[in-house]
Amino acid sequence: MADLSVNMAGIKSPNPFWLASAPPTNSGYQVMRAFDAGWGGVVWKTLGDPIVNVTSRFAGLDVNGVRMAGMNNIELITDRPLEDNLREIREVKKRFPDRAIVASLMEEPSRAKWHALVEKVQDAGVDGFELNFGCPHGMSERGMGSAVGQVPELIAQNTAWVVEAARVPVIVKLTPNITDIRFCARGAAQGGAHAISLINTINSLIGVDLDTWQPIPQVDGMSTHGGYCGPAVKPIALNMVAECARDPEVRIPISGIGGIATWQDAVEFMLMGATTVQVCTAVMHHGFRIVEDMIDGLGNYLDARGISSATGIIGRSVKLMTTWENLNLEYKLIARIDQDKCIHCNKCWVACEDAAHQCIDRVAQSDGSTKLVVDEGECVGCNLCAMVCPVPECISMLEVDTGKPAQSWKQRQAAASGTAG
Amino acid sequence: MSGLNDSIHKHLTRLEVSAEANRCLFCYDAPCMHACPTHIDVAAFIKKIATDNLKGSARTIMSANPMGASCARVCPTENLCEGACVYAKDAAPIRIGDLQRYATDWARDHNVKLFQPGSPTGRSVAIVGGGPAGLSAARELRCMGHAVTIFEAKNELGGLNTYGIVPFRLSTDVALWEAQQVVGLGVEIKTGVAVGKDIAADDLLANFEAVVLACGMGAVPKLGIPGEELDGVLDALDFIETAKMTGAVRELGKNVVVIGAGNTAIDALTCSKRLGAERVTMYYRRSEDDMTAYPFEYEFAKQEGVEFRWLCAPKRIIGTNGAVSGVEFVRTQRQAVDGGARRPPASLPGSEFVVAADTVIRAIGQSRRTELFDQFGVKHDGAVVQVDEHLETSRPRVYAAGDCIFAKGSREAMVVEAAEQGKIVARAIDRKLEQRHG
Repeated sequence: MADLSVNMAGIKSPNPFWLASAPPTNSGYQVMRAFDAGWGGVVWKTLGDPIVNVTSRFAGLDVNGVRMAGMNNIELITDRPLEDNLREIREVKKRFPDRAIVASLMEEPSRAKWHALVEKVQDAGVDGFELNFGCPHGMSERGMGSAVGQVPELIAQNTAWVVEAARVPVIVKLTPNITDIRFCARGAAQGGAHAISLINTINSLIGVDLDTWQPIPQVDGMSTHGGYCGPAVKPIALNMVAECARDPEVRIPISGIGGIATWQDAVEFMLMGATTVQVCTAVMHHGFRIVEDMIDGLGNYLDARGISSATGIIGRSVKLMTTWENLNLEYKLIARIDQDKCIHCNKCWVACEDAAHQCIDRVAQSDGSTKLVVDEGECVGCNLCAMVCPVPECISMLEVDTGKPAQSWKQRQAAASGTAG
Repeated sequence: MSGLNDSIHKHLTRLEVSAEANRCLFCYDAPCMHACPTHIDVAAFIKKIATDNLKGSARTIMSANPMGASCARVCPTENLCEGACVYAKDAAPIRIGDLQRYATDWARDHNVKLFQPGSPTGRSVAIVGGGPAGLSAARELRCMGHAVTIFEAKNELGGLNTYGIVPFRLSTDVALWEAQQVVGLGVEIKTGVAVGKDIAADDLLANFEAVVLACGMGAVPKLGIPGEELDGVLDALDFIETAKMTGAVRELGKNVVVIGAGNTAIDALTCSKRLGAERVTMYYRRSEDDMTAYPFEYEFAKQEGVEFRWLCAPKRIIGTNGAVSGVEFVRTQRQAVDGGARRPPASLPGSEFVVAADTVIRAIGQSRRTELFDQFGVKHDGAVVQVDEHLETSRPRVYAAGDCIFAKGSREAMVVEAAEQGKIVARAIDRKLEQRHG
């Protein structure tokens, strides 16, 4: 089987699957269970001044009967004394020396305080630090978490203080609650971070109870915004990872986080530039055991493609991302429906008719049935029909040779201004 | 051993219903809807279950099919909606019947009012028979604002749903709730009134602007063999009615013989079994392929422990001291199909045999109400009332729906067809009244 081990900025782990700093990494007991299950590394639940949590804390978003397509939480950092956490970190590291243990840290923006915390924690034998500049609820009101992470200069400054004192690699965890993730990633790089991890959770309100009109989750009749995560946030996270990966001013390794639940999700993040991936919601939903298929699936995937090391896929798709202005306006795809596979649910028809370009015809057949046929002259190749079709490989998108040379909007504008000039 | 009132339909949990509702693809112009004779918008009612809009779901079902709760239990769904489900070929079809039962049960349990009568038109319609077709027509006509009077010979509404379908398949609670949904719209009910006997056809024609014949069929005809007068020879529908309405039937004895192979025969067989008869056997003069009962009914009867004997025609019923003690059968042979028509099977001389029987139940179809048809002066062919596409009979202002227009064919008449015919009749009458009165 392919070698799944990775080395991210000097932090080594036998596979790229880490647990994110979150409830599953709250204690030595949990982390040992996770390592027994096969996780390659953990980011220990954020250490700092122990806090007092509220109940309730979590809420799930169900989509068409699927539980926890999204999740939000208002839990804060560790509520356990630092000494307890450090003692457990030492024990776990002794028992699992080959796994990565990264300590997530949160501290007030003070050089002295950061130095004190870093010194204490690295004595416990952690393999790295992850700075929590992302927590969007509670801690940010106290000037920490995303209060730092939303200001690139503060990221750079706080990171630099930590790097001064740290003898192990420093990862900066970024918040997505900003306008352009690249500015924050650049701040981390400028501060001397050895890697970045993203994304932290997204500001969210999961819902309102229809019977009581109570926003969810409720704490004694009131609610507050929480941090959103789970499968629903994956595309947001993947894009932000891609943006950082292709930014020439970032250029440090990435640990991908956000909705990762399967080996397939992991492959996508790695292709988009992540060296490791961090998981939380999927474990909160199903337990540590999910890593077994993640390891197995990734190994089989690499073997099937003749790739000997997981590192061989890192960043391989980054160069395929560009800005819209560079996309070829002359490229043409059309949909084609495989009549043998079609089950006649008409979902493609109604989607195209009501929401796209009215280019699927329901053609009456002599036997009384109807056949769904794409009007290829009208089809704009938008993918919608293929997306709504419930049958695998029934609707395919075919390339059409337009006979025209590639031309992007940018080139077209340039040509037009050239002509005008 | 299951009892007479132990439903064959298991309780549905919110968990399984939710999972099943969410599995539905929500097809557009869905084949299940087309396969339903009443064209229930199946995808829409399932979507409403998924969004916890159970009142809306029940209304979607019942607006298309006033017998939607009964049909959820008695429809041959594998031949209709579920058979047409796009999942039927490659995966398990959506359990449409179960979902329909869940939504209509919710409406029944919560006592919600799903429909309102239309504003009064001042027109009045008489409906002869308060079974599925009559109730369906009544519901539609009331929603259109016409006054409706139902004349029902029995004491309760619902027709065969109330009296003729075994309680473990369709309880009277469901049938009567459905009837009550219609009655609640302000329908005048004359139960215990047999049109043609207690009130003349001409009286109806004189007092109402239109008459709907929805009188169904009559008793099970005699077999036409010696010994039918013996104690212990029963009409299947009488037998089921007594069992369903009173919970008790005369002692059936050890051996029950049922003659016939339709759904009523199956009901008589399984009912006998649940009443404790030891050996219950169906005898049919044709072959297994010819049986008119739905495949799922046949399967159910097998599971209940019923036995089947094909190609046996009864010759005479044997009695001891005035009571049934046996039946003599003769073996038969299939006849070649003659131009599409089924020919009676031929007896094989010398193949006679006698079986022990303590009860003989005849379930060979139902007689037709030709006297009533004649009193109304409507044309009928083979005792089937002749109607046009709008279900109007040869006599103006007289319409017919349900089993009384059901031509003997390969399958049994369905409740869902009767419900649809009730809707068609209502539309036709409404249109005519509109034309006549503007």
